[in-house]
Amino acid sequence: MFHKLRQRLLSWEGFLLAALLVIIVFNSSMSPAYLRIGNWINLFELSIEKIIVALAMTFIIINAEIDLSVASVMGLAAGVLAWLHQAGVPFPLAIILALASGAVSGAFNGFWISFVGIPSLVVTLATLIMFRGGARILMEDQSISGFPDWFNALGQQSLVGPIPFGLILFLLLVVIVIVVLQYSGFGRHIYVIGNSSDVARYSGIKVRRIKMVLFTMSGFVAALAGVLFAARLGAVRGDSALGFELDIITMVLLGGVSIFGGSGSIYGVLLSILIVLNLRNGMSLVNLTGHLQTGVIGLLLILSVLLPNVANYLRERLDRRRFAQ
Amino acid sequence: MNNLKKSIRPGQLREFVLVFLILLMMFLFSTQIENYFSPRFFNRISTSVAIIAVVAIGQTLVVLTRNIDLSVGSIVGFSAYFVGQQLVQDNGLSPATVVLMAVALGALMGGINGLLVSFGGVPSIIVTLGTLAIYRTILVEISNAETVLTANLPEWLLDLPRSNIFSIGDLDFRLMVGVALLAVVVFALILRYTSYGRRLYAIGSNPEAAKNAGFPSRTIVFTAFILSGALAGLAGFMFLARFGNITVVAGLGIELESVAAVVVGGINTNGGTGTIPGALLGAILINILEQSLIRWLSISEFWRDFLLGFLILLAVAADSVIMSRIRNLWAQNGAHSKLGRTGTEGKDTHVS
Repeated sequence: MFHKLRQRLLSWEGFLLAALLVIIVFNSSMSPAYLRIGNWINLFELSIEKIIVALAMTFIIINAEIDLSVASVMGLAAGVLAWLHQAGVPFPLAIILALASGAVSGAFNGFWISFVGIPSLVVTLATLIMFRGGARILMEDQSISGFPDWFNALGQQSLVGPIPFGLILFLLLVVIVIVVLQYSGFGRHIYVIGNSSDVARYSGIKVRRIKMVLFTMSGFVAALAGVLFAARLGAVRGDSALGFELDIITMVLLGGVSIFGGSGSIYGVLLSILIVLNLRNGMSLVNLTGHLQTGVIGLLLILSVLLPNVANYLRERLDRRRFAQ
Repeated sequence: MNNLKKSIRPGQLREFVLVFLILLMMFLFSTQIENYFSPRFFNRISTSVAIIAVVAIGQTLVVLTRNIDLSVGSIVGFSAYFVGQQLVQDNGLSPATVVLMAVALGALMGGINGLLVSFGGVPSIIVTLGTLAIYRTILVEISNAETVLTANLPEWLLDLPRSNIFSIGDLDFRLMVGVALLAVVVFALILRYTSYGRRLYAIGSNPEAAKNAGFPSRTIVFTAFILSGALAGLAGFMFLARFGNITVVAGLGIELESVAAVVVGGINTNGGTGTIPGALLGAILINILEQSLIRWLSISEFWRDFLLGFLILLAVAADSVIMSRIRNLWAQNGAHSKLGRTGTEGKDTHVS
């Protein structure tokens, strides 16, 4: 009995799966509409930008770094898009430049982190302020809308059957992430660097270059999410996507990725994304709205690390008592 | 000359550099902004520095132990709002009760952080990112979207930000600035001369060794978080006194400002190095920068955040590059003259 329980607790993914099932059962008992496919697609769609960025953040945190600037990059890219559109630049070109601005922002982070050697927490805290400032410079205090119809449709309507473009993009990225992270040499290198950057360097891994690639990619993906955000809302403001980093980091850490790097899997992150989405949906079903949801997510973040620690502690005590007998 | 070189440690040199940077910046702005050195400007900056400096002291204690406290913004907002609401309900509360209430409330919230970090084994960035959201949520829930209004607060509180200890001409030395300076001196002395202070450094520079040496590491980290919370609570009271009108978003972003002040002030986020005067200088630098950028008419207000973020980054980068060189040089010199060793030891000290 205890042995089985132990095995369960040992696997964080197992625990997440159990938690997800509890939430799903609870939600479906609250509302018959919950299990409908339309609701599930809607569920994803409401947080599509965050979950896309969470995929990139998984790489960064496994690599023992952090990127606090993602929400600001999302805002900046959306700002670039809207500003260029207002200035009369052809829309496809505006999208390309918006995405490029994200990659450049990410490379900017990467430069200070890998070549100057400043901790990523400090760099991305500064660029969190800076990139948000960039978005404010472009947008001032106005709200820009009036994007082309096809662009708005991309964010607001379904593309293939009932599935919207954002969800297709997300699923595509999931496949890429699984392949790169779990099955490629590059992915293994990310884990090695996360475990010990010194060991990685001594074994000939190009640590700086990999960190640079990761942060550039993180910026690019954040810009992609920012553009998607503009399409879904049909309007951009200077404070678009403000504060999204908390939710994004929570999703990754809840998925069992260690903040100290080197461990965690993409499957855990996918499960935790499902948990956060369904939990939010469930809270809306019982009329817990707005800010209270943010608080619950914060609580969840702490519990996701505290509970395994407590479980470990209890297990050790149990072992010791048995040993004493 | 050689003696001078030995007696100045790299840490102190850094503080000189900061003072120089602040003076240089003020000089540059004074050529751009008309009537830059007005008494009003001095008074405004000194008051806003006072609040950030108090928070930055607590942040320093936590960062020294290789942790971080991102929840201070919510603690400042929470205690400002909560204490303000108590005062609105009962205008007769004595100043001492009110300050004590704010500090105790902050200490309680800091204590929860500390408990989770040192006894729950949860990394501080996770705990305080979580409580940043949680404390703010509780505030939003208990407030019912009401605002604390200046009109409902007692006279003495409204007079507080304008009350002076002394003034030279139009330059006022405000009571709140005095409180902040007192806190700076007290904590600087604690860090420098008490075993508690030295242990904060020891834990930050090598947690394993500190544990092996028998330090009660957990308790010390726990108390660092309590102090950080208590100081944030005090800052919350100062915030209430300064602004009067308190909404549920009060203090939003102060955690970023305090971390920025600490980092610019030379406190290493890997723990173990940095001083309280450094944090104060960092707070002064950032505040002067912020306020000067607001006054600089040739740029729009929207440029402020962008420049602020970039300059913080530059300050840290300059520090990281220049100081590691200097530290190396210093360590090599010291090692040659004292022990006759090669400089390899010195190189290890700055590997992060």
